Amino acid sequence: MTTTTAPPAPAGATTAPGGRRRRAAARAEGRAAWLLALPFCLLFLTFTLWPVLQSLFMSFTDTRSRDLRTPFAVNVVGVENYTRALSDPVFRKAMLNTAYFVLVGVPLTLVVALAAAVALDRGITRLRGIFRLGFYTPVITSIVAVAVVWRFLLETDYGLVNTVLGWVGIDGPNWLGDPTWSMPSLILMATWRNFGTGMIIFLAGLQAVPWSLHEAAAIDGASAWKRFRHITLPLMRPTILFVSVTTGIGYLQFFEEPFVLTSGGPLNSTKSMSMYTYEQFGFGNYGYAASISYIIFVLVAVVTAIQFRLLREEK
Amino acid sequence: MLGSRKGTWWLYGVLTVALVAVVAPFAWMVLGSFKSDAELRSAPPTWWPEAASLDNYAQLFSRLDFGGYFANSIVVAVVVTAGNLLFCSALGYALAMLDFRGKRALFVVVMTTLMIPGVVTFVPLFVLVANAGLVNTLPGLFLPFLVSPFGVFLMRQFILGLPRDLVDAGRVDGAGELRIFARIILPLCGPALATLGILTFLGSWNNFLWPLVVAQTEDTYTLPVALALYSTGQNSTQYGLLLAGATVVVLPVLVVFMVFQRRFIEGIATTGIK
Repeated sequence: MTTTTAPPAPAGATTAPGGRRRRAAARAEGRAAWLLALPFCLLFLTFTLWPVLQSLFMSFTDTRSRDLRTPFAVNVVGVENYTRALSDPVFRKAMLNTAYFVLVGVPLTLVVALAAAVALDRGITRLRGIFRLGFYTPVITSIVAVAVVWRFLLETDYGLVNTVLGWVGIDGPNWLGDPTWSMPSLILMATWRNFGTGMIIFLAGLQAVPWSLHEAAAIDGASAWKRFRHITLPLMRPTILFVSVTTGIGYLQFFEEPFVLTSGGPLNSTKSMSMYTYEQFGFGNYGYAASISYIIFVLVAVVTAIQFRLLREEK
Repeated sequence: MLGSRKGTWWLYGVLTVALVAVVAPFAWMVLGSFKSDAELRSAPPTWWPEAASLDNYAQLFSRLDFGGYFANSIVVAVVVTAGNLLFCSALGYALAMLDFRGKRALFVVVMTTLMIPGVVTFVPLFVLVANAGLVNTLPGLFLPFLVSPFGVFLMRQFILGLPRDLVDAGRVDGAGELRIFARIILPLCGPALATLGILTFLGSWNNFLWPLVVAQTEDTYTLPVALALYSTGQNSTQYGLLLAGATVVVLPVLVVFMVFQRRFIEGIATTGIK
């Protein structure tokens, strides 16, 4: 690079040559910084920022797949796509399904993750690594592979789940084919697949809970549950908040589980907002799909804003 | 002192049952990949294969082109990972150590996009890639993922923690800014690069929706796309074949994960992002 100038002039050097040299050094630093930033910026502009803005524009137009080559020669229809979405019975159903998934799935995932973290943190001393590894495995595996396996496991007649239930005298339902059970099945699968992430973050958060407090409380005769309730939980509040919000944001966009396992059925019982976006994209309704994606974006932004507000109150 | 011995044993019991429940689907998948379709369809299901064979795998790589899909997955994941490591660390360094006009604005814009759902960019991204003639090509699969705001965030945070004197010392020695980045800073970023590298590689390996839309003929399929299409298409009843395919998708990831387990988990604990 061009930065072969002398080291920065000593403080107080106000003579003209020193000042000029310093300005030249600053300019060189700026040039180098932008040179380093350039590849990122080009790719980011092209593949993130531009699509984000174009999507916003599209959401106010009647763009369809036939307009692919001329995405700007389309009619601006104002908020029509948005009003259409809010009165579209299938999209309303998709919103309700997503709410069901988030409101049941997030607490369930959180409780399982926290229980696993507490048990691994102080409950046991041996084999911690094995349990941690095992519990985390579903997080890192491909949803498609997972779906192939779960479709077998949940099979009504010869699936492993119903076979095991049969041993204890329960007649298992048609998990993925019955509109009543399809969503609970997906929620259970999502919990199985995602609690490992929360567990790892909780394990890190638990390091901040001083063990001496537990010991003191135990000497005073506090039970394990009471210690958890009155020491661990209050100290873990920020972490719990963080995990619940990140899990919530992820679940708001849930897509892959119903996409590969149920295609949104039966009877739209597992169709999520993201799935509906993809479906409308598939039908070639690009403008409409874009408007739905922005509705999801707004919901995610609201949840994020609530997180910031709550975390600030925490401090 | 805190837990009775009986309580501890009870806890081990519960954890072991939970572990079996969590891991059983994977064990069943691997074992199932050695079974025949007839055995997979029998009720009650078997656990160990009655007549283990490699037929399913032989079919996967001869009749179907899983070798080719595997290669596509590897190429895309390696290119995406390399791009993220290089470009995100370069910007991360500039944001952490250098002064330049527009720095704050750039940082704010990049960080704002962190929370934008992927579904928002999906449609225009497809329009863009289609108009560039990149549908059904490998560049169409990897170009949109070469950089990530998350990678910048991770690298910037890490580099902020390095001593600033390193940069000044480099300048005194007459090294240019790019040289300081490449020779002094980057070699110290090992842990952050490892975390970012593993997360990016796994993310790309498991990425499904984008390749499903962009890869339209067999020669550009990645593993998850091929598996998804076969599991809903004409091979949907060849259970053994599908389980073998799922095993081929999952095993490399498990191996990578076991090797780098510790670094990986530290990365997640500090960034909170999977």
